[in-house]
Amino acid sequence: MAGELPTTEFDDIPEELLDELEALAQERTEGHVNMVQLLDEEGRFHHRSHFAERASAWNGDELRGLYRDMAMIRRFDAEATALQRQGQLSLWVPVRGQEAAQIGSGRATLPQDYIFPTYREHGVALTRGVELGELLRQFRGVSNGGWDPTETNFHLYTLVLAAQVPHAVGYAMALQRDASRAAGAGRPLPESAAVVAYFGDGASSEGDIHESMVFAASFKAPVVFFCQNNQWAISVPTQVQSRIPLHNRAKGYGFPGLRVDGNDVLAVRAVTEWALERARSGKGPVLIEAYTYRQGAHTTADDPTKYRLTAEEESWLAKDPVTRFEKFLRAEGHADDAFFAEVAAEGDALAAKSRKDVLAFEPPSLAEEMQNVYSERHPLVDEELAWHLQYEAGFADADANAVEGGH
Amino acid sequence: MPTMTLAKAINAGLRDALAADEMVMLMGEDIGALGGVYRVTEGLKAEFGEDRVVDSPLAESGIVGTSIGLSLRGYRPVGEIQFDGFVYPAFNQITTQLAKLHARSRGQLTVPVTIRIPYGGGIGSVEHHSESPEALFAHTAGLRILTPSNPHDAYWMTRHAIECEDPVIVLEPKRRYWLKGEVDTEDPGTSADPFRAHVVRQGADATIVAYGPLVPVALAAAEAAVEDGRSIEVVDLRSLSPIDFDTVTASVQKTGRLVVAHEAPTFGGLGGEIAARVSERAFLSLEAPVIRVGGFHMPYPVSKVEGQYLPDIDRILEALDRAFAY
Repeated sequence: MAGELPTTEFDDIPEELLDELEALAQERTEGHVNMVQLLDEEGRFHHRSHFAERASAWNGDELRGLYRDMAMIRRFDAEATALQRQGQLSLWVPVRGQEAAQIGSGRATLPQDYIFPTYREHGVALTRGVELGELLRQFRGVSNGGWDPTETNFHLYTLVLAAQVPHAVGYAMALQRDASRAAGAGRPLPESAAVVAYFGDGASSEGDIHESMVFAASFKAPVVFFCQNNQWAISVPTQVQSRIPLHNRAKGYGFPGLRVDGNDVLAVRAVTEWALERARSGKGPVLIEAYTYRQGAHTTADDPTKYRLTAEEESWLAKDPVTRFEKFLRAEGHADDAFFAEVAAEGDALAAKSRKDVLAFEPPSLAEEMQNVYSERHPLVDEELAWHLQYEAGFADADANAVEGGH
Repeated sequence: MPTMTLAKAINAGLRDALAADEMVMLMGEDIGALGGVYRVTEGLKAEFGEDRVVDSPLAESGIVGTSIGLSLRGYRPVGEIQFDGFVYPAFNQITTQLAKLHARSRGQLTVPVTIRIPYGGGIGSVEHHSESPEALFAHTAGLRILTPSNPHDAYWMTRHAIECEDPVIVLEPKRRYWLKGEVDTEDPGTSADPFRAHVVRQGADATIVAYGPLVPVALAAAEAAVEDGRSIEVVDLRSLSPIDFDTVTASVQKTGRLVVAHEAPTFGGLGGEIAARVSERAFLSLEAPVIRVGGFHMPYPVSKVEGQYLPDIDRILEALDRAFAY
């Protein structure tokens, strides 16, 4: 090993795809951002890319399903934003504009894959079957989690930027060990699985991303790094995070990276499927940079008018992922007015249910929260819990006396 | 019963844990072929293979972060941080992630990660190699912290930490790695509960609470105090989170005086917490204020003067004198 030169030759990748990846490594060509794109802004399908063949195989049901998911999450997101404006949520993290990046990548995963989201992956949550109302618990202030990650393999949201990414790599290392243990014991191999680690252009600057990519590369861990470059880390543009296209960083770690049009659900799904298949088959990590745009604010506490121009926002509205895909479905004859009306009604029903769920959330008791700090008994917790219960009980006694006394 | 050094006892504890449970694995810098900079993991890679004894990239946050991910799928990773002063790159992963995942998930997730950290001074080392960061972790709910003072405890604390469903930091007193003692690997005896303090010397007139590297120093000070006609009880705290205040309080109720000694700076240190709790629980038993002996409010000094910084027998005796002045 020592003295051997590292290499970034990816000899398992077909020649024509390698050529495509090389071409994509350039930031721009004549003012055009280089990235894998199957649908142009008008929703016209192009066969230029190596990935077109994969997307061409999807039938009408699958295509309509992708649209449905995007429309549903957009509607849900609008409802959550409204709930925050009405004072029912303390904060919301809008996803509007990133629906294709999230639905496309989420739909590329298999049930046995495991997903580590940031705090904006509402669309991915939908594709994993997470009850969407559960996403609102954190923002309602009744939980720091909300769902059981082991049911859907969709991990809890992580608010410390990039902190979940080494967890994703560790989980991928666990998958490798599951397979080698099974092989060693002569047991049937588990279904091959991979991990997706989500993060954004802002988090890409965090040290944990670097350490994660080093670990993943060194151990060839089955993990797909999925970076949604939505152009803005709150108020700071991507150019401050990276002077080179973000996906090009992968080469420095020794695994492939590529940029995909994050507003093109077909391209995102195709590219992510390829990366996941590669990871599952033991060929190691891939970095995908999904080039997209946060149409709204970073959170409901943010004010984008302070740092970006309306002209920029409008130019991205023209690339909107949902309307683009609607144009495609209509032009190809995959969907008609009745379908879109049905999806809209379904979205309204989801929004109404989520609103109902939120208003019914019961906060936990502080006593329960204290008991969840440790798995095993802890004398300090026991002592403080006993004191807390006694102290609170004092108020209950006082209230009861007040009622009895008629005050 | 075999006699072995404290480092060898940890090695035996790790080996037996690896043999007992195929989900146990070790990860750290130089822990494989080299066996760790202190040789604590010597021979384990050869015995259990590179999947289970992992030479990691040089990245502490990565070691702890990937250990969390491994534990989420049922593994029981034991991460080694090479030196106390190098744990800070992993501080975020330990405090915001590892400590909180169980609570955040309302108990749905457990993260049984063990983090081994050689700590403390007295070995004439260079900067960042002699620190005592225990208060930073003790202040963080969700973590447990153990520190052995003898080989038998070192073996059993290693075993218990790995078996614990909660994340455990094991602070290994590096200047005692070569301390020899009997280790019963079959029967933990009084070490069966790692979170209980031990009265390691009975006394009547004052109590010294110490842990990890200072336990032998406290015992020597107690022995020296006999010449002054003083009968000193010594408590080895063993667990720094939780702290066994019952044992400490019972001792103070018996002796009426308390000196707490640790290498870490006194300001904001565990000695202050112990003093506060004891004054709440046993105020009327106290004949004197609780006296703390510890490091000064300064970065750990250069090694040529560390002897004046570290609590030694004389510093503890001086503290006892102050306690007896009341």
